[in-house]
Amino acid sequence: MKEVVILSGKGGTGKTSIVGCFASLAENKVLCDCDVDAADLHLLIQPRSKEEHEFRSGQTASIDAEKCTQCGLCQDMCRFDAINDYIVDSASCEGCGFCSHICPEEAIIMNENLAGHWFISNTKHGPMVHARLGIAEENSGKLVTTVRNQARQMAEEQGLELAITDGPPGIGCPVITSLSGATLALIVTEPTLSGMHDMERVIGVCGHFKVPVLVCVNKYDINEENTRQIESICDDLGIKVIAKIPFDNIVTEALIQGQSVIEYSDGEVSQKIRSMWETVLNVVAT
Amino acid sequence: MIVSIASGKGGTGKTLVATSLALALAPQHKVQLLDCDVEEPNDHIFMKPVFEKKEAATIPVPVIDEQKCTHCGKCSEVCVYNALAVLKTMVMTFHELCHGCGACTYLCPEQAIREEPREIGTIEVGHAGGVEFVHGVLNVGEAMAPPVIRQVKQHINGKGISIIDASPGTSCPVVEAIKESDFCLLVTDPTPFGLHDLTLAAEVVRLLGIPCGVIINRSGENDTATEEYCRQESIPVLMKIPLDMEIAKLYSVGTPLVEGKPEWKERFVELMSSIEQAVK
Repeated sequence: MKEVVILSGKGGTGKTSIVGCFASLAENKVLCDCDVDAADLHLLIQPRSKEEHEFRSGQTASIDAEKCTQCGLCQDMCRFDAINDYIVDSASCEGCGFCSHICPEEAIIMNENLAGHWFISNTKHGPMVHARLGIAEENSGKLVTTVRNQARQMAEEQGLELAITDGPPGIGCPVITSLSGATLALIVTEPTLSGMHDMERVIGVCGHFKVPVLVCVNKYDINEENTRQIESICDDLGIKVIAKIPFDNIVTEALIQGQSVIEYSDGEVSQKIRSMWETVLNVVAT
Repeated sequence: MIVSIASGKGGTGKTLVATSLALALAPQHKVQLLDCDVEEPNDHIFMKPVFEKKEAATIPVPVIDEQKCTHCGKCSEVCVYNALAVLKTMVMTFHELCHGCGACTYLCPEQAIREEPREIGTIEVGHAGGVEFVHGVLNVGEAMAPPVIRQVKQHINGKGISIIDASPGTSCPVVEAIKESDFCLLVTDPTPFGLHDLTLAAEVVRLLGIPCGVIINRSGENDTATEEYCRQESIPVLMKIPLDMEIAKLYSVGTPLVEGKPEWKERFVELMSSIEQAVK
């Protein structure tokens, strides 16, 4: 199975809108939403949930007030400042369990977290694996791994040749787990100094994990000078810019209708995305 | 007072709001701007600070003294991150998995473990436009943002107004950045994605017990659903920034809104007054 992951570094450059288009263009594939803490792809392709699974991961400390003698050792030793006035702040607790080992009264126990849910769904464009990390939870990387493994397994069982993965913004833990071992990363950037700065960092991550990169400049006409700069940066790095998509409010209009722009219109934006998809397919095939 | 800026969805305008708020308040207040989006920090592009100090962002990781180690296995037993594996004649350490909790070092019965700092990023401190500027930069290839964020926040001086720019999302890096804030501004755009992620971000701030207000960026004819949500949840809409090509162009070249369009200065000063009212 081949896997194309869509990344951006900077958020809001159009990853999900483009994945939504690819979903309607690609055949014989599984869709995978790895932006588990602010997943949006489902808003575009309205999945009907077939299976829902609990995602249990990590632990949180809790102090038994009856046994606690308020000696304060746990508070002094916690590196994450997660214990104040002998109460555990679950949002700060990293689940390391140090406090539970050192408490002289054995008053601290570790509870397993229900850190989120993951789903297998049917959509108008085929099967989809997606997830929802619990609010303010940790271990997004492990949930991303779960989603990708499920997608891979499903592809094998159903003889699907391709996974299209909507990745998270940033360059940290969930990005690394979305990316490692993928066939190809498509980076969607925008011609702003922030977009360019963040693109260079995420290209660095792709290089670190040896995943080949293609670049798409979204809303390229917001600043054509910056777009030329992006092309020059990519050229120097030996990376192909495979599409320049103009800014058009039609993408938002389509989104408000719950459709990808490809389904909604056949204008310039749709044509550019179609031809970009052809290029991606050709690169993946080689 | 600590004011943090979060969003759920990326690319809604956190950086625009954080930098313009800091610059607008600088003439009247002592202002700090702390960029805690350490995976993709962008505030420096707009602030163009002169950096005066640079320090390594580190986490403490275990180093084994093989002379003292008896290979009893305690360290790997207590490590929930699987950062240590005890073999018959040696201990293997996987520093990239270590969260630096210190359990192995403290609990080793032979005191055979010491800690040394491992660099995972950089903290830079400087000044720009009358604002004290601090940001953290996670090294490319590193997974863990929260320790870098914690180190950025150690620079909060408790005087005047400290503005924190958070990363997008709703998970640990966002919690780390915004916790202990007096107020959180949630920046959204009036699209179904923006609204969906705003509801998630609002849940995070509620969970942390932080009062919040909303800024609608790229505001226009599609605001109704967002406004309706805010009304239902009793979250005030404190500012609207219109969908405007000129504003988008200023952003694209790294010009803060209040510099490119000085008439916005007053609106950001008023925004701060609304925040002060809400916190009272």
